[in-house]
Amino acid sequence: MSTGSAFDGHKAFIPYLTAGDPDLETTEQLLLELERAGADLVEVGVPFSDPVADGPVIQRASERALRHGYRMDDYLEVIGRIRQRSRVPLLLFSYYNPLLQYGLEKLADRARRVGLDAVLTTDLTPEEAGPFCRAFRQAGIDTVFLVAPTSTPERIRRIAAVSSGFIYLVSRTGVTGARERLSDEIQSKVQEVRSCTRLPVAVGFGISRPEHVRQVWELADGAVVGSALVAHIEQHRGERDLVAQGGEFARWLKGI
Amino acid sequence: MKNHSWPDERGHFGPYGGRFVPEALMGPLEELEGAYLEAKEDPEFREELDRLLREYAGRPTPLTLAGRLSDHVGGATVYLKREDLNHTGAHKINNALGQALLARRMGKKRAIAETGAGQHGVATATVCALLGLECEIYMGREDMGRQALNVFRMELLGATVHPVDAGSRTLKDAINEAMRDWVTNVRSTHYLLGSVLGAHPYPMMVRDFQAVIGREARHQILQKEGRLPDFLLACVGGGSNAIGLFHEFLGDVGVKMVGVEAGGRGPRLGEHAARFRGGRPGVLQGTLSYILQDEAGQISATHSVSAGLDYPAVGPEHSYLRDEGRIEYTAVSDDEAVHAFQLLSRLEGIIPALESAHAVAELLKRGAGWSPGTLVILNLSGRGDKDVQSVAGLLGGS
Repeated sequence: MSTGSAFDGHKAFIPYLTAGDPDLETTEQLLLELERAGADLVEVGVPFSDPVADGPVIQRASERALRHGYRMDDYLEVIGRIRQRSRVPLLLFSYYNPLLQYGLEKLADRARRVGLDAVLTTDLTPEEAGPFCRAFRQAGIDTVFLVAPTSTPERIRRIAAVSSGFIYLVSRTGVTGARERLSDEIQSKVQEVRSCTRLPVAVGFGISRPEHVRQVWELADGAVVGSALVAHIEQHRGERDLVAQGGEFARWLKGI
Repeated sequence: MKNHSWPDERGHFGPYGGRFVPEALMGPLEELEGAYLEAKEDPEFREELDRLLREYAGRPTPLTLAGRLSDHVGGATVYLKREDLNHTGAHKINNALGQALLARRMGKKRAIAETGAGQHGVATATVCALLGLECEIYMGREDMGRQALNVFRMELLGATVHPVDAGSRTLKDAINEAMRDWVTNVRSTHYLLGSVLGAHPYPMMVRDFQAVIGREARHQILQKEGRLPDFLLACVGGGSNAIGLFHEFLGDVGVKMVGVEAGGRGPRLGEHAARFRGGRPGVLQGTLSYILQDEAGQISATHSVSAGLDYPAVGPEHSYLRDEGRIEYTAVSDDEAVHAFQLLSRLEGIIPALESAHAVAELLKRGAGWSPGTLVILNLSGRGDKDVQSVAGLLGGS
């Protein structure tokens, strides 16, 4: 498995899940179902108590997950179990403090052993990412960083220099959350990123409908869907066919 | 500590500080830093700030000899730096004026802020009214209950107050919500952060705007006593009033400094806000510093009778000065603070903010051990009108 294989010869469909919402057993089943639904890479969100980059949907999902009191080892265990049954590349998506407190080198080592492919923390930028990149790159795990609409060309180059796997372009200023329509800025920003790096470019934030996914595929290499899927899971939690519902929603988004 | 020229160019105080924010805020933080460094060297900016501090905020604030309090603690000579006498009733106006002038200079039409006790929210609403900026304040719903008067005050001043219902509904959650607003509206909006917290350049910039407290106090004590103080005392929430008093004295090796945290109801995690007792280094809301957290790195709940101290992180410069041994940090309990609140009112006719009452409580604890003539400056960071109702409730009054 490698992160880059998600983009090999086709446009990538990249769903995000908050791990532990509604519980880790369901997360495991949902992840496998998402692969069956055509996910090319899955972002596994490890919740943090103070998610400043997230809108209300992922905030609520994080709160629900945190109530279980899961530890990093629990999340790693699920990733390990998925890896034994699935080839889909997995990215751990979180904030810096839970990783820092676990210990970056210890985490990188265990993440490598369970078969994690990539890691991204939303509140870490190249300036402070030295120890993070050293630890994960040494373990052969890709380090993915965000590019924002406010990133200058100089910043984009700096981000590209520490990135591997792909570049995650944030479609608009703001927190995560579904939107009716996509920002007009995406096209020019994708071109700016492409002029700085040969890494694939995935676009996320606000993508919530099949036409958004297709629109992003025309401009970039991959489309990330987070809040819309998490909201769908929230809406159907407690229902017996929650996992099937999640898969169906993913197929609808991907246009299968 | 002679040549204290921190932070470094990337905002580090030793291993602390820095910038840990979503990428969307990096450009704006660089812009803010540039604008601040430029404004700082601009005589026109400095003159306007000085004029407003003088003619609008009412600076310099007095250094008041607290005679009866001195006698009560056992013979030390205690001076109160009267930040409570500033316009809006606390030191928060010093920083709010500086940042609002900067926001106007940067062409921002809108300012947002978080508030805990409401003092920073009131100061921000005030300076926005003065300078004609649109103003929105985020405040935890729990704090809105504790500080209802300040909520109405902010609304009178033309600000919109948004209740925050996430997490513990206090200052930390208000900051999260303000950061979400900022990351969304970053092109039009200045985030007027109220303490020496957050990503670089905030801890440095807010410190610089608050350092006027210590500059005045140093001058005043030399005039009155002909010598430097032996002790400085201040409460520490984020730590802006403390760093404001301490900063000017850091190079004076004979001046001991004590920062007082909120000991709350006891030493169990979740029952207090004493970061240096129960915390360890971590990253929260843009900066690396001591924070109260569980083993998994999730931020823990905090408690203090004082809304302004009820916060799980401390400013990164404090963490650095603590590790260096330059400043001593301690904590007093809710009960001790409430006792000091009453005592200062009766002894000096000054009702302190519950935040500042924590520093008074520490003075009462230490006073007996000091030899006569020990010279002390205590930063009375705010006045207690806002707390009268909640203290009445605690004491079973009407």
